[in-house]
Amino acid sequence: MLIRTFVNLARFVVSFVVASVLVFIVMRAVPGDPAQIAAGENATPELVEQMRREFGTDRPLIVQYWDWFSGLVTGNFGTSYVTRTELTGQIVDRVQVSLILVALAIIVALIVAIPAGTFAAVRHRDASGAVVSALSQLGIAIPGFLLGVLLVAVFSLRLGWFPSNGWVPPAEGVGAFLSRVTLPVMALAGVQAAILTRYVRSAVLEVMGEDYLRTARAKGLSPLQALLKHGLRNAAIPVITVTSVQLAALIIGAVVIERVFVIPGLGSFLLDSVGNRDMIAVQSVVMVLVGITLLINLLVDVLYTVLDPRIRQRTNA
Amino acid sequence: MSSAHDDRAAAAPSLLSVRSLGVGLGEVELVRGVSFEMAKGERIGLIGESGSGKSVTSLALMGLLPDGLRASGEVRLNGFGHNIVDAPDRAVRGLRGDRVSMVFQEPLTALNPLMRVGAQVAEVIRIHGKAAGRAQAAQKAVQMLDAVKLPDPAEAAKAYPHQLSGGQRQRVMLAMALANNPELLICDEPTTALDVTVQRQVLDLVGESVKERGTGLLFITHDLAVVANTCERVMVMHQGLVVESGTTEEVFTRPTHAYTRALLAASDLEATDENGRLFTVVSARDYTPPASDEEHAKAQMVRLAERSADRLALEETESLAAAHEEQVIEVKELRRTYTRGRTSLFSLPGTVDALKGISFSVAPGERLGIVGESGSGKTTLLRILAGLDRPSSGSVTVAGNQVAGARESELRELRQQLQIVFQDPMGSLDPRMRVLDIITEPLLVPGQALNAAQRRGLAEKMVEAVGLPVSALERFPHQFSGGQRQRISIARALICRPQVLVADEPVSALDVSVRAQVLNLLADLVDDYALTLVFVSHDLAVVRHLCDRVIVMHAGSIVEEGPTEQIYTAPQHPYTQQLVASSMNLREEILARHA
Repeated sequence: MLIRTFVNLARFVVSFVVASVLVFIVMRAVPGDPAQIAAGENATPELVEQMRREFGTDRPLIVQYWDWFSGLVTGNFGTSYVTRTELTGQIVDRVQVSLILVALAIIVALIVAIPAGTFAAVRHRDASGAVVSALSQLGIAIPGFLLGVLLVAVFSLRLGWFPSNGWVPPAEGVGAFLSRVTLPVMALAGVQAAILTRYVRSAVLEVMGEDYLRTARAKGLSPLQALLKHGLRNAAIPVITVTSVQLAALIIGAVVIERVFVIPGLGSFLLDSVGNRDMIAVQSVVMVLVGITLLINLLVDVLYTVLDPRIRQRTNA
Repeated sequence: MSSAHDDRAAAAPSLLSVRSLGVGLGEVELVRGVSFEMAKGERIGLIGESGSGKSVTSLALMGLLPDGLRASGEVRLNGFGHNIVDAPDRAVRGLRGDRVSMVFQEPLTALNPLMRVGAQVAEVIRIHGKAAGRAQAAQKAVQMLDAVKLPDPAEAAKAYPHQLSGGQRQRVMLAMALANNPELLICDEPTTALDVTVQRQVLDLVGESVKERGTGLLFITHDLAVVANTCERVMVMHQGLVVESGTTEEVFTRPTHAYTRALLAASDLEATDENGRLFTVVSARDYTPPASDEEHAKAQMVRLAERSADRLALEETESLAAAHEEQVIEVKELRRTYTRGRTSLFSLPGTVDALKGISFSVAPGERLGIVGESGSGKTTLLRILAGLDRPSSGSVTVAGNQVAGARESELRELRQQLQIVFQDPMGSLDPRMRVLDIITEPLLVPGQALNAAQRRGLAEKMVEAVGLPVSALERFPHQFSGGQRQRISIARALICRPQVLVADEPVSALDVSVRAQVLNLLADLVDDYALTLVFVSHDLAVVRHLCDRVIVMHAGSIVEEGPTEQIYTAPQHPYTQQLVASSMNLREEILARHA
């Protein structure tokens, strides 16, 4: 267990450093000098040179990298080339917004997917199970932004239950927060719930064919009791794997929904920065996303060891 | 005997009454018209090969048929108001694990991998309200684990299934099944997945436990010797029908149905026809079943003893002759050490010695048996012989090729000289290749300049040699039965005319009646092609029939080596003695019943 945690932490650090180097190199390789862009098309070479000194892009690459990376790990993201503002505060604000959105979405998706997938598996021979499967298939095919637009059209424009856009942090009023977060979370969760339902269904179906479920029935448990008591925890492992992959994709995938609902999240910030050729901002946001993804993987691994004694054993013999 | 049995059956009240039980899958009838009565505490064996319907029958008795299968007929348990076949699940649930319980074949998959075994035993006690609260159930579970002779039951209760050995897991299953003191215990091939010595221990434990508690036992198996050892009465199932039933002695010594006779003939590895081949389903007419009356049995045993004495003499002269010849396989001081994953940051990773410096040699034309249980190192040895794994140290020479440390390109010649037939005939044949392509693949190595027509010609000869029609070449592996697939494997192995054929448990996945045919085929081919045979098996009887010389492996070492008959009749090493004592033999078991 200790070893495994140690190895995972080491992997986390190495991955993070390697990713930072890659991101840095790729950003330098992109054509376009940030100083030139900041100074404008018609700027004199002297002005551009002055800009370079100001940004620090006249220094050797290795110094620039170290400057950026050391700032990154101490939580100082530097100053934007374009807006000339401190990035740290903006990124922290926007990470909070995106994380709240994504976490709520995945929780809602799981709350829907676990019972729905289990139901579809248990009733896989009946029409009702087939209907759930078909619905989840359909859900996967509906893009999140379309669902978002539909939700806005029905629930805010027609029924007027929720505002159609905007964001209020939970600290400034839970009611206002909930009313604004409901539709985007539903839009994000819709596709995820559909995808996860399929995985829950196939995981539960597989577990239902296992010998130990037959043993549980032979002990005198009803089919449902056997499944709940012996099946679900075994089915959880593949579902967790998929959930973690979906979660990482969701953080970036939320950008479209953030646009639809005009939410100041990390995704929209990234898009804006790319549009402005604000390299240092793009670089930093990408690294924040990398960090979050790696953290999710780390947590999932801990979860595996908690759930499955065989994984615990392998490193703890 | 049979009248004595009838008297007892009449005296004892009936426990289970089964009348014209049938199981169907859609239009297909898997089981038809099974009827029998079981008295309290009676032990009945249900024998049959794969697909005979015996497992389905047992599940129907528990009301646990998988989705899609439908039972008909009547199954009544003494004192239970309903017919189990059509009773609501709610009612039957009360019986399962309480009055009727079951032990399954594969103890690893039958236990929940994420739950401590103590908790799994305690669960069945709690479900039926046989304990006041969690603590008492847990305590009872430990008592049960003790009753099935698990060492240190309190600690064992805290273990997860993967931390126990196969035999220990099956003891846990048994503890679970016996926890509520059931009146009927159904065992479905409970020892098939276990090693020989463990098999015997578990079997003895089942026997003792049911006798002690007066539990009725329905024991399902394909192994006739196991039934002869454990059961008073036998039912023989074939294609969904009970074709014969009676007392164990009657059925095994005076079989009336042709199938029973064929099954007996094919299971009896000590009886051979005049060519020294095993009896098969086809030649079963000439087979003499084992006798239970002492005179006959003695005569048979004497004949067998004489034959083994003859073989012993022959083996000695052969081994003397062999000593002078050049050896085909020379293994010297072979070691293989595996490194485990690190378990601590500060100590070195642990190592496992799969082979601890073994040496042996095989003469041309010899048939060497390698016997050992799981973990003995026999598979590692085979892999090294075939150049599929590298030894840590030592040397291996096969037909003049140094195998240890050879590069892949240098192993090409070895692969022409040594071929393997694997255990699982399904997994070892590529399902997307036609049999023709599978068989001729060994001919495609560089250096074999054969055109397609020549390869086809060779393949046709090989298919015929292994007893399949030429039309088999155009088909795919899944279109064949297990025995036929093993024939295809043998044809594939022999097409490049190797000197050495290595067979890794080639018949352990096959049914009894098919087993005899494949063994005879192997014996024929070894003679016809002047092959040197290395035959790896956990089954001593099979090795005894086929091999001249035996190596007994245990924990990575060779503990005993010598001519087959000598090892079987006078084993020296304690492990070999235990192995020989554990293996069951139909004739001896029947005689033992009589005594």
